[in-house]
Amino acid sequence: MNGTEPGENPKRAHHDLGGVAKFLCETVDTAPHALTLFDRRVDALRQILGASGVMRVDELRRGIEAIPAAEYHRLSYYQRWVRSIADNLLRKGVVSAEELRAALAAERGDGR
Amino acid sequence: MTLLAPGTRVRVRDDWPEARGEAHIRTPHYLRGREGVVARHLGDFPNPEDLAFARPAAILPLYHVRFDPSAIWPPPRSAGVLLVEIFGHWLEAR
Amino acid sequence: MTTPRETQALLETPAEALFAALLAVLAAKGMVSEAELAARMAETDAAAPAQGARMVARAWTDPAYRALMIADGTQAAEALGIPMRGAPPLGVLENRPGRHHLVVCTLCSCYPRAVLGYPPFWFKSAAYRARAVRDPAGLIAEWGTVLAPGTEIVVVDSTADYRWMVLPQRPPGTAGWDEAALASLVREGDMIGVTVPGMGAKAG
Repeated sequence: MNGTEPGENPKRAHHDLGGVAKFLCETVDTAPHALTLFDRRVDALRQILGASGVMRVDELRRGIEAIPAAEYHRLSYYQRWVRSIADNLLRKGVVSAEELRAALAAERGDGR
Repeated sequence: MTLLAPGTRVRVRDDWPEARGEAHIRTPHYLRGREGVVARHLGDFPNPEDLAFARPAAILPLYHVRFDPSAIWPPPRSAGVLLVEIFGHWLEAR
Repeated sequence: MTTPRETQALLETPAEALFAALLAVLAAKGMVSEAELAARMAETDAAAPAQGARMVARAWTDPAYRALMIADGTQAAEALGIPMRGAPPLGVLENRPGRHHLVVCTLCSCYPRAVLGYPPFWFKSAAYRARAVRDPAGLIAEWGTVLAPGTEIVVVDSTADYRWMVLPQRPPGTAGWDEAALASLVREGDMIGVTVPGMGAKAG
């Protein structure tokens, strides 16, 4: 935290990055990065949930912004999306924690 | 609500809802409390601050507002102009 | 009943596993299918920088189209058969001698996906989002882009309901080129403002 840095405010949310001093000396990775199948599937699911009125983009963004700062910067772009989609669907009661836990157990092969 | 005309001097509210609890805001931190000039009215859109929480959202005017970066950041800087979409409820006419 | 701590633990599940679990639960409820996912991916993959490049090339050769594009990017895209239904309104920023535009989304990653496709990795990076509003000339130099002296840079922070693309200037030495040849010059970065067409740049 640096309250004297102009344009920097300790009340700033961590995703609100415009002009933030600690990133000014970071180079930009300009190389092309192909999206993975996982990335494209997450993107597609978000669109389907939006089109069917289950969850809006604004809600996706709220959920992304709710990820704690260290995690936010560690997770990949679409990993943040998955976390937010899960957060929103749980909050809205579209899926329950029990259902998710059972599905995770089934994936690991130790359920049912 | 009367629309702000192009050329109107405005000030962005120096408000920090994110410091008071859960919030979703489209007004970047670096513009809070800053003065700018309305470039144009872009249209009217539901308030994302409410949409983000699946609450009923009022339809609000959205403006393109021009800011002078030299009033925000010390040199070195190289932008001549910042042009940012700001919702009407964040703007006060000067 | 699930406690907030248990919910948090669920959310901290590695994303790939969490995504598979979400899909399984949603599929069991009939809310999503593999076929729908595949169809949506195919649709999304079809939106690519070549779409925006067609618009730019048309604007370079047809003054009436250029005027339409600047006045209403959505209509201009639709006029070339680019699907815009459900997409946010498209605004077009016209570069001119002495004025260059650069698009950023400092809060997230708002990008004119209908005409340029998925946002590139750099557009979503913290460094790009932090630096664009504060030192755009230093930022675009990372692509090898140097603007004519005295050029004013207008940085457009895409914060809300519009999506913005840049209409770059037609490069010199292209008189008489047809639209397809002109379109082949236009890259993704040219339509965001990190590069300019015809300038040797290291990536994009």
